[in-house]
Amino acid sequence: MIEAAGLSWTYGATTILEDIDVASHEGRVLGLIGPNGSGKTTLLRLLYGALHGNGTIEIDGDDLTALPAKEVARRLAVVVQESGTTDQNFSGALTAGEMVLLGRTPHLSAFARAGERDLEIAAECLERVGGTHLGPRSFAALSGGERQRVLIARALAQEATHLLLDEPTNHLDIRYQHEILALVRKLGTTAIVVLHDLNLAARYCDDLVLLDRRRVAARGTVDEVLRPEILEPVYDIGIERLELREEIHLLFHSL
Amino acid sequence: MHDPLGVRRRRRRATIWLLGLLAAVVATIVVAVGLGAAYVTPGTVAQILGHHLLGLPEGGWEATEEAIVWKVRLPRVLLGALVGAGLAITGMALQAMVRNLLADPYLLGINSGASSGAAAAILFGAGTSLGAYALPGSAFLGALAASFLVFALARSGGRVTSLRLLLSGVAVGYLLYGLTSFLIFASGSAEGARSVMFWLLGSLGLAQWNGLLAVVAIAVIATITLLTLSGRGLDALAIGDETAHTLGISPDRFRTLLLILVALTVGVVVSAAGSIGFVGLVVPHLARRAVGSAHSVAIPAAALMGAILLIWADVLARVLLQPQEIPIGIVTALLGAPFLIVLIRRFSARDA
Repeated sequence: MIEAAGLSWTYGATTILEDIDVASHEGRVLGLIGPNGSGKTTLLRLLYGALHGNGTIEIDGDDLTALPAKEVARRLAVVVQESGTTDQNFSGALTAGEMVLLGRTPHLSAFARAGERDLEIAAECLERVGGTHLGPRSFAALSGGERQRVLIARALAQEATHLLLDEPTNHLDIRYQHEILALVRKLGTTAIVVLHDLNLAARYCDDLVLLDRRRVAARGTVDEVLRPEILEPVYDIGIERLELREEIHLLFHSL
Repeated sequence: MHDPLGVRRRRRRATIWLLGLLAAVVATIVVAVGLGAAYVTPGTVAQILGHHLLGLPEGGWEATEEAIVWKVRLPRVLLGALVGAGLAITGMALQAMVRNLLADPYLLGINSGASSGAAAAILFGAGTSLGAYALPGSAFLGALAASFLVFALARSGGRVTSLRLLLSGVAVGYLLYGLTSFLIFASGSAEGARSVMFWLLGSLGLAQWNGLLAVVAIAVIATITLLTLSGRGLDALAIGDETAHTLGISPDRFRTLLLILVALTVGVVVSAAGSIGFVGLVVPHLARRAVGSAHSVAIPAAALMGAILLIWADVLARVLLQPQEIPIGIVTALLGAPFLIVLIRRFSARDA
């Protein structure tokens, strides 16, 4: 369980986040939503320690800043938006299999080579995301959806108790957007996902934290947060909520 | 064998490559030692080496042949192998650190820092009490200062961009070459053993069985070992800082350690062989093509390929204009620059 209290972050003279409380719940998917510039990604980066702001973050009861980097990586697996594919000659030329195997890093001493057990775990993780056939292929040659699966497999190979994802559906076709998020749900890991699309959040998250202008505008279950009276002032657009087959769908129109 | 990741197959393939390259290094050494103004057959070279290294009985070779092989050419060829390996792996480490194919110690001004350090040691007779180690020591300090200066200049708002890095590398490089040349002329030993030409274009001509060769050997072999063992960290860093961080590696600390290691190797290599370009740029690319990008195999492959390349470049430098010797940097530039041009063409093709 991740529990953060009173998080603030300022960049130069600009306050990006102010006094934020967030908590993930065992086995549930928490979505971080909000308009552009509301600080969703910044909040996620604070949670995995890439940024150090004010406030306290506890992971399974331990202070994040007191944990060694490796131990953090054994508890939090993160799928970031960076995949290093801008230059094919670097990670691009790593195969998908090698990419997944990198996920074993937090469990290996600095100079140790990945052993049989690590190869097995990595292979299992690739299988769990339905990517077994991708193993020997060059990571750079994969489609966006395939890459995202491989990166999730790498995160799984960390065998962490929490999975954090930063806009995992970015740049993906609609089919892959659903595939990737359905996968995250199916894994059953405690997850925190930054999402842009409210309908995807409605479908694949259990709980939501809505950020607006540096602060938490609302928090609760999907049903509690995705209400027109809460969302309209934040997004500045007209919102209609439909419930079809017990699922929430949002329709948008100009105010 | 069950291998869904394809990693075992790749490892096997890499092992075959590495064994093949190792054999090629040994063969290259034996052949290259024989080549030069006085030709010695590979068979005789092998016998002489066997006698000295393995205690095999003396055969029917002439004393001059033995002197040429053992005293003159072998240290030179070994120095070539070490220098080539050192430049290749430092190039590869820098490329992973800055995520740019065009990074190498020469372009980033680290070589020129090493030259300046060494030249200062000669001019001021710095650390004469340290004897043979003053030169590589001060070259290391020069390389270290240059690399931190280049990285500091390239940093803007907490980020290092490739373009700024290359530009500050070029700027610092020119500055320090100017300084090196100035120091050499000021020292009045411009015609001495280590001339301006030596620092700018490199030479293996000063190789002999001495402490400096041992220092180069220790530094290069230690760096190959450390970088190979840190392969996973280099892989993560090559993907990005954020990725390295989420895998439990502190990118800033790791980069600093790498930079010190690179400066150490470049420092001792330059103090023994001057500043040789293009090896660190070209060889990593060839190595990645052969064995893939995983640094645990790409680093040793680059080391072996660098060794082979530089030994042959030195053979060309010795025999092309016999009896005159060409600075080896001219040979590596003639071989390496066309390669750079191809790389640039490919980059622009991809951007367009």
